[in-house]
Amino acid sequence: MKSINLDYTAAAPVDPVVLEAMLPFFTEHYGNPSSGHRLGEKPKQALDEAREKVARLIGIGSGDLIFTASASESNNLALKGVARALRKKGNHIISSAVEHFSVLNPLKTLEKEGFDVTLLPVDRFGLISPDDLAAAINDQTILVSIQTANPEIGTIQPIEKLTAVARKKDILFHTDAAAAAGWIPLNGNRSGVDMITLAGDQFYGPKGAAALYLRRGIRLAPLIEGGIQEKGRRAGTENVPAIVGLGEAARLAFEDMEERRSRVAAVRDALKKELFARVPHLQMNGHPDRRLPNNLNISVQFVEGEALLMRLNMAGIYVSSGSSCTSQALKSSHVLSAIGLPPELAQGSLLLAPGKDSSEKDVTCVAEQLAEVAELLRNMSPLYHKFLKEDNKNAPVQ
Amino acid sequence: MLQYSEKVMDHFTNPRNIGEIPDPDGVGEVGNPVCGDVMKFTIMVKDGRIEDVKFLTFGCGAAIAVSSMVSEMAKGKTLEEALQISNKQVAEELGGLPGNKVHCSNLGADALHKAIEDYMKKNNLTVEKSSTG
Repeated sequence: MKSINLDYTAAAPVDPVVLEAMLPFFTEHYGNPSSGHRLGEKPKQALDEAREKVARLIGIGSGDLIFTASASESNNLALKGVARALRKKGNHIISSAVEHFSVLNPLKTLEKEGFDVTLLPVDRFGLISPDDLAAAINDQTILVSIQTANPEIGTIQPIEKLTAVARKKDILFHTDAAAAAGWIPLNGNRSGVDMITLAGDQFYGPKGAAALYLRRGIRLAPLIEGGIQEKGRRAGTENVPAIVGLGEAARLAFEDMEERRSRVAAVRDALKKELFARVPHLQMNGHPDRRLPNNLNISVQFVEGEALLMRLNMAGIYVSSGSSCTSQALKSSHVLSAIGLPPELAQGSLLLAPGKDSSEKDVTCVAEQLAEVAELLRNMSPLYHKFLKEDNKNAPVQ
Repeated sequence: MLQYSEKVMDHFTNPRNIGEIPDPDGVGEVGNPVCGDVMKFTIMVKDGRIEDVKFLTFGCGAAIAVSSMVSEMAKGKTLEEALQISNKQVAEELGGLPGNKVHCSNLGADALHKAIEDYMKKNNLTVEKSSTG
């Protein structure tokens, strides 16, 4: 059976060029970058090159780039690291209601340690208002953490306007750019951010290599203590092959960005058009224009997401959902609830995330399958039957 | 999602007794979209037995499979027997449910019992209600 993957944000294959670059560092150049002898030379040089490639992708000239194992680790390091280092300066942190759990959960830990956390609301498109940020700042505020773009609904935040607010008050600004890096141009220097989280597996690099950019001079308490790798801010022998992969993936993403972006956005737009043409009672989630090129989030009214996902899976189409039944915690998406989506629409949400190699030819097949599956599930949905009855009541008598 | 039993997948893929009986003898509706599932059972009763039963379900794969299984188990049973169908039995008949989906099976039996109670109330009947766990 032919399969169509529309869940590339969950996982994507490593680009063959990236894999090729990684391979020698498993065997031939296996040395430890910290070694004083010749075996450490090539790996050390590879780390430096990877740092340069990543720096170019996120638009930073100077500063420090700490390699980590995941975007989750980078977010943890940024939040706990800065908060704990600046504790004497203040105890208030501002973030938003639509952040990834690797931001929200560390903030809960920090609350237990005595920090105050303000989560800014978003509008119905998922946007954070700079005025809300300005209003939330007080004399204890030491850190703001707001994502560049949302991984679930794709909304791109007005980062430069937000950093301008924080900068006026001399407050550090961290952005989780895991969903955005590699897909939209990031100008770290100009945007005024002090810290950036990114992960290579979001742009065809291997899992297990990510980074945290840190503007020079920022103090950080490490999460992992030990040796002096990463200038003592992240101990442990560097995962050189994966970091080489991250660097190479960053180079490709930077060089091909315009082409990748327009290609994947074309598939996404064609998909959207076909779906809305063939499936009645759909709703778009997220911002109509300010969104990631590889993100389409829709709610299929009157049906539940896991059932949709299972039926599509049987047809060889892979998607994800923000429904409570697809989450281990059995809670529907906090992002969809933050944009004010009613529970039944959050339950019926689907995230369609095409990748760089997705084909426009597949969109008709996906739309046809979703139309079939939606009809089948609606026929057994009490919400749909209720809707039909009420619709009949409102319709003119025939 | 991939941890469902074959029986669950069978009932999810080919659910039995879908629909809504017009002018039913009893109606039972449980759940709400906030927690994920809504189930509606309608029944026809003849000579103290469930002659026909249909369901509508908004919910995940497990919820649909459970509804289908409950409807199959209830058909032809006396009201007393049907009231004794327990959530545990439904889960067992389905070859087990993943841990975090067990709550779905609770709703299935509840919706059926509610439909029976609705019928009994309308007809001024009382049946010794046994614990259904």
